[in-house]
Amino acid sequence: MSGRAAWVEHIMGMPISIHVRGSQPRGEAVTAAVRSVFGHLRKVDAVLSTWRADSDLLRLQHAEVAPGSEDVHDWIAEVTSLCLQAEERTDGLFAAWRVLDSGRIAFDPTGVVKGWAVASASAYLAEVPDIAWSIGAGGDILCGAGRLLGGQAPVWRIGIQDPADAGRCVDVVGVAVGAVATSGNAIRGTHVRDPRTGGVVDRAGSATVVGPDLVWADVWATAAWVDPQRCARLLAERDPAYRLITVAA
Amino acid sequence: MRRITLWLLSTVTVLVLLFSYQASLSTTHAASNSPAPVTSPSPATSPQAGADAGSASDSASGASGDAAATQSQTFIGDAVNTRYGPVQVQIVVSGGKVVTSEVTQVPWNDHKDIQINSYAVPILNAEAVAAQSAQIDMVSGATYTSDAYITSLQSALDQAGL
Repeated sequence: MSGRAAWVEHIMGMPISIHVRGSQPRGEAVTAAVRSVFGHLRKVDAVLSTWRADSDLLRLQHAEVAPGSEDVHDWIAEVTSLCLQAEERTDGLFAAWRVLDSGRIAFDPTGVVKGWAVASASAYLAEVPDIAWSIGAGGDILCGAGRLLGGQAPVWRIGIQDPADAGRCVDVVGVAVGAVATSGNAIRGTHVRDPRTGGVVDRAGSATVVGPDLVWADVWATAAWVDPQRCARLLAERDPAYRLITVAA
Repeated sequence: MRRITLWLLSTVTVLVLLFSYQASLSTTHAASNSPAPVTSPSPATSPQAGADAGSASDSASGASGDAAATQSQTFIGDAVNTRYGPVQVQIVVSGGKVVTSEVTQVPWNDHKDIQINSYAVPILNAEAVAAQSAQIDMVSGATYTSDAYITSLQSALDQAGL
């Protein structure tokens, strides 16, 4: 478990970093799995991008293809279902649908797509014997161990970025197998809306959620960014395996 | 060598961040007044300055020791009082680069069990630190784009493993 290797590719407009620890971190099995992870994420982007006009999602939204058409990938249905679950589980603090000023309803599943895509893609790494891995996707982290890993999976030390200074961290959490997701305005500017008011959440600070599954850590982090107090109560009731870390301004 | 050292000491800002990770459900940090004791390695930590402020020791890392670049120097910064107690940082400089940095004095030295959950993470100027020495593996932050990545801490950590 001594060696380390890292790969970075830019997919979905964000850096995807894969770090591997193991006795042979650049072995053939690892590099093949890493290629497959990146390949999977590129495929997800082609299907679910909200930026590429030729994605299945946008062709569907622009009525260029009919819902249920064979041209539409099954992933659309899978992600839509996850969005519905997320809205229900967070009592509407997370919402993928919103009514535009024009009255049209916009569907933006990006809040679940990243976590879902990384979690799915990680299956390739989970198949590689005797490694531990960590994937960073634009600020969200998923850690895990490969098949047959001897002994205990090593702990990855995940720094929680200071929202006021990207070069610093305000906390570190240790994760062997699990996810860390952060929501805030730090780098991308204001981009999360409060589904209850429709307004953007515009304040300093950030919300981080640590837990077993990246999809839900990500959803809860978004919900916590919208309403930290309410989210903390919901988490305690519904998802006690997830831990909330808020950074105040 | 001295010039390199002074350059380093004047350009590298060593930020010592203290973390207290509680296993509670919810943790709140106040970022603006967060415990970010800044130990700027001022000239006071250089070997030429008074021994009362800091100390440094030479240790040849190469067998020959014929060039300054093959030597490593250890610098121990001043102990800084933080709200958690005194913190001291030691950096090793070799070939004009900071190769390791570690916290030699932490407030919870007498609590061994706290080691897993608490970290003192020295974060150095990204240009100067060999990222493998920073005691973190990955960074979680609000979603950032490829543009922002270039200057990110995650980028420095990736570089160390590439």
